[in-house]
Amino acid sequence: MRRLMRQLLAGPYIVWIIGFILLPVAVILYYAFTSDTDSFTLKNIAAIADPVHVKSIVLSLKLGFSCTLVCLLLAYPLAMILSSFKFRHQSFVVFLFILPMWMNFMLRILSWRLLLSNNGLINTFLEWTGIGRVKMLNTPASVVFGMVYDFLPFMILPIYNSMTRIKDDIIEAAKDLGANRLTILIKIIVPLTLSGIISGVIMVFVPALTSFVISDLLGGGKVLLIGNVIEQEFMQGTNWNLGSGLSVVLMIFVIASMALMNIFDKDGGAAVW
Amino acid sequence: MKRFSLRSVVLSLTVLCLSACGCARGADGPKDSTAQENDALVVLNYGKYLDETVIQMFEEETGIDVKLEEYESPEEMYTKFKAGSIAYDVVCTSEYMVERLISEGEANEIDFSRFTYYKNLDPEIIEATKTFDPETKYALPYFYGTLGILYDTTIVSPEEVTTWNILWDETYQDSIIMQNSVRDTFVPALRLSGSDINTENPDELSAAADLLIRQKPIVYAYYVDETADEMAAGNAAMALVYSGEAAYAKELNEDLAYSVPEEGSNLWIDSWFIPKSCKNQENAEKFLDFLCREDTAMLNFEYVWYGTPNLRVKEALDEETLMDATIFPTPEILANCEVFRQFGQDTTALYSYLWKKLKSE
Repeated sequence: MRRLMRQLLAGPYIVWIIGFILLPVAVILYYAFTSDTDSFTLKNIAAIADPVHVKSIVLSLKLGFSCTLVCLLLAYPLAMILSSFKFRHQSFVVFLFILPMWMNFMLRILSWRLLLSNNGLINTFLEWTGIGRVKMLNTPASVVFGMVYDFLPFMILPIYNSMTRIKDDIIEAAKDLGANRLTILIKIIVPLTLSGIISGVIMVFVPALTSFVISDLLGGGKVLLIGNVIEQEFMQGTNWNLGSGLSVVLMIFVIASMALMNIFDKDGGAAVW
Repeated sequence: MKRFSLRSVVLSLTVLCLSACGCARGADGPKDSTAQENDALVVLNYGKYLDETVIQMFEEETGIDVKLEEYESPEEMYTKFKAGSIAYDVVCTSEYMVERLISEGEANEIDFSRFTYYKNLDPEIIEATKTFDPETKYALPYFYGTLGILYDTTIVSPEEVTTWNILWDETYQDSIIMQNSVRDTFVPALRLSGSDINTENPDELSAAADLLIRQKPIVYAYYVDETADEMAAGNAAMALVYSGEAAYAKELNEDLAYSVPEEGSNLWIDSWFIPKSCKNQENAEKFLDFLCREDTAMLNFEYVWYGTPNLRVKEALDEETLMDATIFPTPEILANCEVFRQFGQDTTALYSYLWKKLKSE
């Protein structure tokens, strides 16, 4: 009886998982493999080979990689510094990095648009200093910038967590055995934080790959990611079959990238799987 | 049939989410939307496109409750409408969407002879609605306007914007905003290459797309709703906009001006129609007739500031407003403008493809 009660507690989540995860995926798969006359077809999947779609998925991968790389380069040293802080308010500093996430991310991206625009604050400042205006908004670089800004906490937190789990004794032991700082970093810290890095990479790369809102807002409609193509097929072109087909291809890319990361993560610590 | 039912399930889910926003909006309206659900007249309109006072007046005078639902884009309206979870009684939308719904058999005929105030409408605009409603028995024109260039007079001179060519001028690198909607952005390119804006000829469309691809490096952005604000903030020198947006932007920044180039452009006519789902045709017609009355039409005009087809309203306006070509296009401009037609499926697909091609360059 008691066990049954406990199982009932999972009820809401089962409803959730069926209604909002399994059912939508099934619908997407159905649309992806049918034509508008309801017959089976592979042409929505094959459409990814179209030069326009290839271009947008290559651009998505490129921007996703750049964003992940920049996030990693920024987050890793930062996490190291944060975890080495041995004072009372350490958690407060971490809290500061998460603080921006309290605000709606659309609002934050919109404010970046104001800052980066031709007549924006940054350009006004650059003009005043004599450097002159720089075109920043509506370029692939501004999209990467927005993604980094948005997804950075997702890279910092897992790395920071795995970093704090490393016991000081281990580092001290390495020092006693004559390891220099570089050896400690490469042979001890990096391997021990690998699972954190992999979680971080997945949590940044996947949303960056599938994003369409950031490229819309900071790309000015000039940067066409695969997410934008899918959005257009659903909202404007009203070709749900093609949109679903491309979504399925994108899902394959996401799963492949996660599987790839899992190979590196030998102790299977990646929290996402 | 299976496909139909699946699609309607998905659409209903979508509408469930969409109407959640609609309800939230309705909640601060004057009437409790749940009261007398069956008698209420359900009106579907663009957001901020109808003065609330007009609805109050209608409710007081006729005793008919009105429930107002709003939407942003014609495509969104189509999704909402087709889902069929709410039975709308009167709908206002863009002319090409009206044409689409008429052709799908979704519109009821309106008996304009029963209208008291139909005669207030400008016969010329009614004539123009014949492009999408040949026998003028389905659609009632509400507001109209043009597509043109909104420009910053401190950077661009009025003589320059008499041609669409200015949008290809490299001196305005990164200072041009185009519309992030496919048909509107194709208008300048089609007119420059001498094509009809409703052409379905694939070669002409590809040629226009090539022109736009050539233009892309100097384009600052493709925006829709942001255009007016970006122009008012001085972030660009020129923008392709609808006259209604231009009027709004000019209010924000007096350096801005609006022009419709000589090569010709698009004339849009937002219109009302009564859908098949209408539960009370008589009440719906009463409501439309009410909108044609001088005082209510004036209230709506002052609320929206778009070109009104109501002649009584125009008579009451001062010279300055009447001469404002942003609101009321001159006969010369109108002679050069065409109304968008709804395309067949092949052309729609080609447009969608060319648009992706342009965006991915």
